Amino acid sequence: MSPVHDQSYRRYQGSRAPVGRAWGIILRTGLRSLLSRKVFIALLIVAWIPFIVRTVQIYVVTAYPQAGQALPVNALLFQRFIELQGLFAFFITIYAGAGLIAADRRARALQVYLSKPLLRMEYIAGKLGVLMVYLSAVTILPSVLLIVMQIVLSGSFSFVIDNAAIVPAVILASAMRVIVPAFTMLALSSLSTSARYVAVMYTGVIFFSEAVYGVLRLATGSTRVAWVSVTGNFDVVTDAIFQQTARYDTPVLVSMLVLLALVAVSMSVLDRQVRGVEVVS
Amino acid sequence: MPETPPPVVLDRVSVVLGRQRALSDVSAVFPRGAVGLLGPNGAGKSTMLKTLLGFIAPEQGRLQVYGLDVATHPLEIRARLGYMPESDALVPGMNAVTLVAYCGELCGLPRTDAMQRAHEVLYYVGLGEARYRNVETYSSGMKQRIKLAQALVHDPDLLFLDEPTNGMDPRGRDEMLELIRDLAHNKGIDVIVSSHLLPDVEYTCDVVVVLDKGAIAALGPIDTLKGPAGRVFEVRVKGSLAAFVDRLHAEGLECRETEEDVMRVFVPGTPRVPGEDQRRLCELARQTDVQVRHLRPSLPTLEDVFARAIGEP
Repeated sequence: MSPVHDQSYRRYQGSRAPVGRAWGIILRTGLRSLLSRKVFIALLIVAWIPFIVRTVQIYVVTAYPQAGQALPVNALLFQRFIELQGLFAFFITIYAGAGLIAADRRARALQVYLSKPLLRMEYIAGKLGVLMVYLSAVTILPSVLLIVMQIVLSGSFSFVIDNAAIVPAVILASAMRVIVPAFTMLALSSLSTSARYVAVMYTGVIFFSEAVYGVLRLATGSTRVAWVSVTGNFDVVTDAIFQQTARYDTPVLVSMLVLLALVAVSMSVLDRQVRGVEVVS
Repeated sequence: MPETPPPVVLDRVSVVLGRQRALSDVSAVFPRGAVGLLGPNGAGKSTMLKTLLGFIAPEQGRLQVYGLDVATHPLEIRARLGYMPESDALVPGMNAVTLVAYCGELCGLPRTDAMQRAHEVLYYVGLGEARYRNVETYSSGMKQRIKLAQALVHDPDLLFLDEPTNGMDPRGRDEMLELIRDLAHNKGIDVIVSSHLLPDVEYTCDVVVVLDKGAIAALGPIDTLKGPAGRVFEVRVKGSLAAFVDRLHAEGLECRETEEDVMRVFVPGTPRVPGEDQRRLCELARQTDVQVRHLRPSLPTLEDVFARAIGEP
């Protein structure tokens, strides 16, 4: 036996996980990376302030039922809460999502990722998961917790029993605000090497579509054209989910199709853009 | 004991990138050990590596790595491969040890093993002291080393190194070549080095594949390719160089300009008596009315092989 310990290259004799788990590693690393940024943590904390405000409202109405006249606790409260959380979801989408693929493209890291034993689909799933987890943390999680708070503070299930559709409605409306922005942002992120430019593009998509809707509404005098606006489609579908009076004349099916089309186009863009080599014609 | 299949087998492979044919009906069997991929820019070296990695689908033909078909077993192949890309390509926002461990985990290593291997390979490539620095602050030479580290962390059987000494200072380049040589000759890892730097390939590799315009121009052990029946002379003349070169070509001698006015002249065949070749060259110079100012026997280099293979004058 040599008296000197060999510190040079050694062959690896240990175990290896089967392929198909890389997406989890990409997801975990992405989540950690964002949590190491103070600005992002601050953003997450601010996004939970409406939850505290609504919890206080539920407490006040539970303790003083007469306050329910001015601050009613009903399905509309949860709908408005989810719509407000959509604003925070917008900022989280921009902060957490813009650089997800753009930064890898700028650093030409895609060829490093894809030279490892992982599928392109795993890479996309890992990156998508990062955004979906944080978007869920400011939409689905506080919305569901708000229902739990209502049950805990009132001490009964009567509200949930009386509003049987509230739990699936809250989950569906929140999930829509997670899935559509996550796919859209990831697709935009794959189109550029600059996170800043991606953030501008995403903001542009949201506000430009809203502006186009405004112009068309003035021109046509009808709200049937709300399908051109991303937020308009969210509102149309949310009204239908919560069985509230529709704010727009756009058929809910049309809005659902537009949102589905947005996800489908995003998937197609991701499929085309996430490759180990860029081929220029 | 069953024989290990060759690291790489290409069977009539053609690759089209955009409108350009990057590889044209290429067939080759790469032996074990260190193989150099040589060729001028645009010859198809990087394309060949990227096709073997499955980044590019070939228009026709089959590619195999250790007997596994690239089209049907890409993940199994990549689990046994390490790839060091030509360009700066690193996962951003990480320090070196985190990045290398991350790459190890992506290749299936358990977390603790990946971290341990990351420390080991970073020491091995000479980045032990800088392993906690963010990789985006690294110099070009350090980036080359960390690219090698991320390719090595999962202990691949086959390494693809695309221009591994790009942007390195002379000392760093020597160290990188030593590492490649050590991996190929002492650690049992098959290595394919793609480079346009002939000395790098000559130092690290035993076998060379010369690519030109997407086709294989020469393939074989370097010593065999360098050592045909014939000799090489360095010649410098005063007078009409063009006339002398024409005369050499007419006599069936290959010649190639290297520096200012020094030519390398390849004389085929075996001399019957010592000094016959030198006398012949002097006689040809006399016939074309040029003075021989410098005439010295030289050893055939990989440069000669390369020049002959791609048909340089």
